[in-house]
Amino acid sequence: MSRPLEGMPVAIIGAGVAGLSAALALSARGARVSIHERSRSIGRNACSWMAGGMLAPFCERDGAEHAVCERGQLALTWWPARVPGVTQAGTLVLALPRDGAELERMAMRTHDHAWVDGEGIAALEPDLAGRFRRGLWFANEAHLDPRKALLAAAAAIERDGGHIEYDCDVRPGDFDGVPVVDCRGLAACDDLPDLRGVRGEMVILRSRDVRLSRPVRLLHPRTPVYIVPRDDGLLMVGATTVESPDGHPVTVRSAVELLNAAYALHPALADAEIVELGSGVRPAFPDNLPRLVERGRVIAFNGLYRHGFLLSPWYAERLGDRLSARYAEAA
Amino acid sequence: MDDLDLYGRRLSSRLLLGTAQYPSPACLEHAVRAARSEIVTVSLRRESGGPSGGQPFWKLVQGLGCRILPNTAGCHTVKDAVTTAHMARELFDTPWIKLEVIGDDDTLRPDVFGLVEAARILCVEGFEVFPYTTDDLGVAGRLLDAGCRVLMPWAAPIGSGRGLTDPYALRTLRAHFPDVPLIVDAGIGLPSQAAAAMEMGYDAVLLNTAVARAGDPVRMAAAFAAAVGAGRSAWLAGPMGERDMASPSTPVMGLAQWT
Repeated sequence: MSRPLEGMPVAIIGAGVAGLSAALALSARGARVSIHERSRSIGRNACSWMAGGMLAPFCERDGAEHAVCERGQLALTWWPARVPGVTQAGTLVLALPRDGAELERMAMRTHDHAWVDGEGIAALEPDLAGRFRRGLWFANEAHLDPRKALLAAAAAIERDGGHIEYDCDVRPGDFDGVPVVDCRGLAACDDLPDLRGVRGEMVILRSRDVRLSRPVRLLHPRTPVYIVPRDDGLLMVGATTVESPDGHPVTVRSAVELLNAAYALHPALADAEIVELGSGVRPAFPDNLPRLVERGRVIAFNGLYRHGFLLSPWYAERLGDRLSARYAEAA
Repeated sequence: MDDLDLYGRRLSSRLLLGTAQYPSPACLEHAVRAARSEIVTVSLRRESGGPSGGQPFWKLVQGLGCRILPNTAGCHTVKDAVTTAHMARELFDTPWIKLEVIGDDDTLRPDVFGLVEAARILCVEGFEVFPYTTDDLGVAGRLLDAGCRVLMPWAAPIGSGRGLTDPYALRTLRAHFPDVPLIVDAGIGLPSQAAAAMEMGYDAVLLNTAVARAGDPVRMAAAFAAAVGAGRSAWLAGPMGERDMASPSTPVMGLAQWT
């Protein structure tokens, strides 16, 4: 790639997935990025720390705009080129026999999938053998561990000469003369009146009995959930979507729904340990799509909603293009 | 004017929409416009996660310009439903409440005993109650005794899209309570089913999943608006009714017999 921003200083506020992906895209174009993060380390207070980490543009078409599917596909090649540990093993979508109609509905709404029978499911996920008769197999999807990916991205940015300053509560107006990329998430809602918070809750389990190789989605008419495998036998079960900016701890209702789904996937998960119960508040615009909002020297990159890892690559690249175009004009 | 009168409020739209499960609030807004709905329901418990005021989503819903019918979705006990109704009155500044007391989690079947009890409490407290009930005639009578002035019988379980599973029961309700506004709430999956309910003389239809989970919610909202309008006109026009014998629409008497 050419480096149209060679030597240009850019201040980024926020070291969640938006800030870090913006930094990666801008430093690849030659910019000298400095990230200013409110908390003391990567992840604290960032809702991307709580993310599922599914790079599932085709599955997400069910219940999201077409743009999510189209723009999300870049994530499948973008992340593996920048952080280690991206697993390209697809997604398996299942439903309990009584919710079979949900599978049909999803098959109609999405593409790039194939039907699998009980044998096919057992071949993909041996621990689920005999439990489901039918499923949808999205072969061309991937997943990552968001926490490892955020840490790896931060390390890559620093290796590249970028700088991350922690414990640093700044606002876009605090910078003179340099372009500012505002990735504060929900904290930017005073500048972005359309932004709202959508609460999400998740559970992390550790199981010795059930191993999965890829994200498994369990469809349900009311509470669909996904289970994403991570290293060391960890399984992340997520996530609720509650229209509320409230960041209080996980409610009993949500915990019961998530754990019930895990148990429905495999009864042996009853013996799994609950390692973590967590909640976060996702920033979202009314159309649930991210936006780049330009105001003078400040570009806000916000509203990633449920699609932080999926959509940040496409928007970070557009951000890079915009800054490059502006820099070329000024030169 | 063919207005619908609900607790003294006159409305021209006969299609009520729920606000859950849309791909985005923007999509919800476009769907409500396309449906030309004047009433939307909002779930307090499901969508809020707690009673903290000024939720952005609720502000968004209030910005739709519709009358808000808060509901007690997800409540399993009388106490829970009554508490939620109090919360709703405070938050939305309305005496209206769509009362749901769920008796079974799999079918979301109303607990009609709890429903009647909660309706009685809330009516005494001055609420204007829209009870989500089954098509049971006896229960309907009890709800009216409790003080309800509108009834909302289901067509089929919530979100099932199965349509009018017991047309006979729905007709019976209509026949027994000709002057009570009856709204079919839940179970409608297709515009033709909404039209069928309106052709029976139902006053309005309330739906959510059929629009929100359609491939194109906005287009489906418009389709439902057209169907509800057609069904209402058909009812007002006086359907001909079925008969056993064929009756030619052109008189045959006096035609030349060539065969």
